[in-house]
Amino acid sequence: MASTAIHDSAAHHDHGHHHETFLTKYIFSQDHKMIAKQFLITGIVMGVIAMILSVLFRLQLGWPDKSFPILETFLGKWAEGGRIKPDFYLALVTIHGTMMVFFVLTAGLSGTFSNLLIPLQLGARDMASPFINMLSYWFFFLACVIMMGSFFVESGPASAGWTIYPPLSALPKAIAGSGLGMTLWLVSMTLFVASSLMGALNYISTVLNMRTKGMDLWRMPLTIWAFFLTAIVGVLSFPVLVSAVVLLIFDRSFGTSFYLSDIVVQGQVLPNQGGSPILWEHLFWFLGHPEVYIVLMPALGITSEVIATNSRKPIFGYHAMVYSLIGITVLSFIVWGHHMFVTGMNPFLGGVFMITTLIIAVPSAVKTFNYLATLWRGNIRFTPAMMFAIGLVSFFISGGLTGIFLGNAALDINLHDTYFVVAHFHLVMGSASIFGMLCGVYHWYPKMFGRMMDEKLGYLHFWLTFIGAYLVFFPMHFMGLDGVPRRYYAFTEFEFMKEWLSVNAFISWAAIIAALAQVAFLWNFFYSMFYGKKAPQNPWESNTMEWTTPVEHLHGNWPGEIPTVYRWPYDYSKPGHDKDFIPQTTPLSQTMSSNLPHDFEGNVEAEKIQAQWKSEVKPSAAKKKA
Amino acid sequence: MANFTEQDKANLKAKKFLVWLFVISSFMLFAALTSGFIVYTAGSVERGIKISLPQSFMYSTAVIVLSSISMHLAYLSAKRLQFAKQQGYLLLTMALGIVFFFLQLSSWTYLTQQGVYFVNPNASQSFLYVFTGAHLLHVFAGLMMLLNAWIGKLKNIPQVNNLFRLESTSIFWHFIDILWIYLYVFLLLNQ
Repeated sequence: MASTAIHDSAAHHDHGHHHETFLTKYIFSQDHKMIAKQFLITGIVMGVIAMILSVLFRLQLGWPDKSFPILETFLGKWAEGGRIKPDFYLALVTIHGTMMVFFVLTAGLSGTFSNLLIPLQLGARDMASPFINMLSYWFFFLACVIMMGSFFVESGPASAGWTIYPPLSALPKAIAGSGLGMTLWLVSMTLFVASSLMGALNYISTVLNMRTKGMDLWRMPLTIWAFFLTAIVGVLSFPVLVSAVVLLIFDRSFGTSFYLSDIVVQGQVLPNQGGSPILWEHLFWFLGHPEVYIVLMPALGITSEVIATNSRKPIFGYHAMVYSLIGITVLSFIVWGHHMFVTGMNPFLGGVFMITTLIIAVPSAVKTFNYLATLWRGNIRFTPAMMFAIGLVSFFISGGLTGIFLGNAALDINLHDTYFVVAHFHLVMGSASIFGMLCGVYHWYPKMFGRMMDEKLGYLHFWLTFIGAYLVFFPMHFMGLDGVPRRYYAFTEFEFMKEWLSVNAFISWAAIIAALAQVAFLWNFFYSMFYGKKAPQNPWESNTMEWTTPVEHLHGNWPGEIPTVYRWPYDYSKPGHDKDFIPQTTPLSQTMSSNLPHDFEGNVEAEKIQAQWKSEVKPSAAKKKA
Repeated sequence: MANFTEQDKANLKAKKFLVWLFVISSFMLFAALTSGFIVYTAGSVERGIKISLPQSFMYSTAVIVLSSISMHLAYLSAKRLQFAKQQGYLLLTMALGIVFFFLQLSSWTYLTQQGVYFVNPNASQSFLYVFTGAHLLHVFAGLMMLLNAWIGKLKNIPQVNNLFRLESTSIFWHFIDILWIYLYVFLLLNQ
C-alpha cells in the first residue's frame, strides 16, 4: 500500500505548476505546509491574547484593593474605577482556559505540527484530502473570530468556566456571561470541534495510507506516532462533546430539561423539571479528560524526537515509547470519573476510576524514564529546542507527581476545586504542552520558514519562562493544601484567605515577568522570518525525512521521486559509522561498517552480503590494529 | 482517464478511508447520546420512555433496509459498468431515503398526539426526538451524497471517480441503515 505512493516526476511537474495567486498561496491554501503555518500563527495570536487575559486576572488576584486606571481606559465598563468587575473576572478565567486548551494547545499544537510533519516525515506529497485540510483551518479561524467576538457583546463573554457546567451555562438569565456570550461560546466550540475532526480524520488516513516505500509503522518517528494516536483520541472523544453541546443548546433555547431541574431564579420557579446536571459532567469529561491527552501527547512526541536528535543517541526504548502512548490513549477513555469524585458518585465507582487513573502513572513514568535514559551520557547539544524539551520533562515530572495525589478519591475530596488542582494541571498539561509546542517551533522553524531563529534570544526566552512558570504555579500547591478555592474573585473577602495575599502578589509578579519574556519569543519569531540566518538543509543533523526536502518549499514536497526509507529514524552515533547520524533514506548498503545483525530484519540475502563484506574487511582492519 | 497516476489512486483510497473514519466519529456521537440516555434514565424511576413506540418506526425500518439493498445494487451495477441501471438504483435509493425521512417525521406527529413532546419534564422522551433528529440529519447528508453520485454520472466523470463516489456513498448509506437499526433496537430494549 505504501509502495503505490510513488509518483513519476514528469506527471508531478504538470500539477506542480498551477497558477498561484496571493489568495490561493497564502489564504485559501491547500498545501499542508502553508496550512501548518496558518495554524501556528493563529495559535500564537490566540496564545498571546489568552496570556494577556491571564495577566488581567492576575492583577485582580494580586492586588484586589488597588485601582489601575489604565484598565478602565481599555476595558471601559468592565473595569470601572480601574478595578476588574467580578463578572468580567469570571469571563477572563473562562476564556483564558478555553482559548489555551482548545485554540492554542489543540489547534495550535496538533494543527501546526501534524500538518507540517505527517506528510514530510512519512514521505507523502500532501494530506489525504488537502481540501478538507483547508476547511479545517478555516473552521478553526472562524471559531477564533467568534470567540473573540464575544468580548464585543453587551453582556460579555461566557463566564461559566471552561467546563461550562449547567445550570449556570444553561440558563441565559443566570449571570451576564450566560447570555449571548455563552451562545457564541457554543457556536465557536461547535465550529472548533468540526475543525478538529476534519483535521484528525485527515491525519489518521494519511498516516495509514500514504507512507512512502519502506516506511512501515515501526519505522515512523515518535512524533508521527504521537500525532496519529492524538488524532484517534480526537475522533473518539470530540463527537461526545458535540452530543453534550447539542443537548445543552436544546436546554438553553428550546426549553427541554436534559440538565435542568428544580431551579428558582430570582424567586421565580422555572418550568424545567427532571433534568440531571451530572449527565453533562459525564458527557463533558468523557471528552474533557481525553482532551488533556490530545493536548499533551503531541508535545511528548515532539520532545522524543528533539531529545534523541540533540542527545545524539537513539531514543531509549522506542517500542516502549509507542506502547506507552497507546496505553495512555486507551486509559484516557476510562478515567473521566476522577473529575467527578465529589458529585455523589457511588464510592465503588469512584474506586474504579481511582484505579484506572493511577494506572496512567505507569505509561507516563515509562516515558519519563526513557527521556532521562536517552539524555544519560548523550552528546547533548543544548539548542533552544532541546532546552524546551528538557523543560517539558521537568514539568511533566513535577506536575505528574501531584496527579497521583489528585487521582486518589480520598485526597481529591479535600483538594477538589482548590488551587492545588490549578497548580497540577497548569504544570503537567499547561506548561509541559506549551513547552513541547515551543520546542517544536524552535526545532522546525528552519523547515517552516527557511531561516534560523536567534539562539541567544531563545535561551533568554527559555530561562525566563521556565523559572517564571515554576514561580507562578509552585506556590499554588500550598494555597490549595490550605483549602483556598479556585475561581474566587477577591481574597480579601474571607479571613482565612487573607494571609495568601502576599503570595498572590508574588505569583502575579512572576506571571507578569514570564509574560514579558514572551516578547523575546515573538520578536525572535517574526524578525527571523525575514532577517534570520538562512537555514541549511539539515541544520540539526537529524535523521528524519523532512530534512531531505529542499529548503525552498515546493508543492509536492520532493522534486522527482519520493525517497525510500531503509531504517528507523534513530540511528544516532551508531558505532562504526563515520558520522553521528544516518538519515532514514540511507540504504544499508552504504553503511556496511555500522550494520548490526538485527538491521536486516531476517533478510537472508542481505545478511550474506554483510557477512561477506565483513570477511573481506576484517582481516585488513585487524592487521592495521596490530 | 490515462492521466490517472498511481498517486491519484492512492489518494482515492485514502479519501475512502476518510469516510470510514467519519463513520466512526459519527457512531461515537450516537454512542454518547445513547449512553447519556442510559445514565439519565437510570437516575430515577420517573424517567424512561413509558409509551409504546410508534408503528411507523417498523415501516421506516423496512424502508431503510430496502434502500440499503438498492444502494448495493447500484454499486454492483457501477462495478459492472451498467450505468443505466446504476442511475436507476441510485434514484430508487434516494426515493426510499425520502420516504424514510417522511415516515420518521410522521412518527413525530404520532408522538405529539400521544402527548409526548420534545419539551418534556421526562427527558427520556425528549431523547426520542434527539435520536431520530440526529439520525435524520445523517440521512439528509446521505441523500446529498446520493445526489452527488447521481449527478457525477450525468456529467460523465471518469469511472475511477464514479466508482469512488459510489463506494463512499454506499459505505455511508449502509452505516445510516445500521445506525437506525441500532437506535431502534436500543429504543425497543428501553421501552
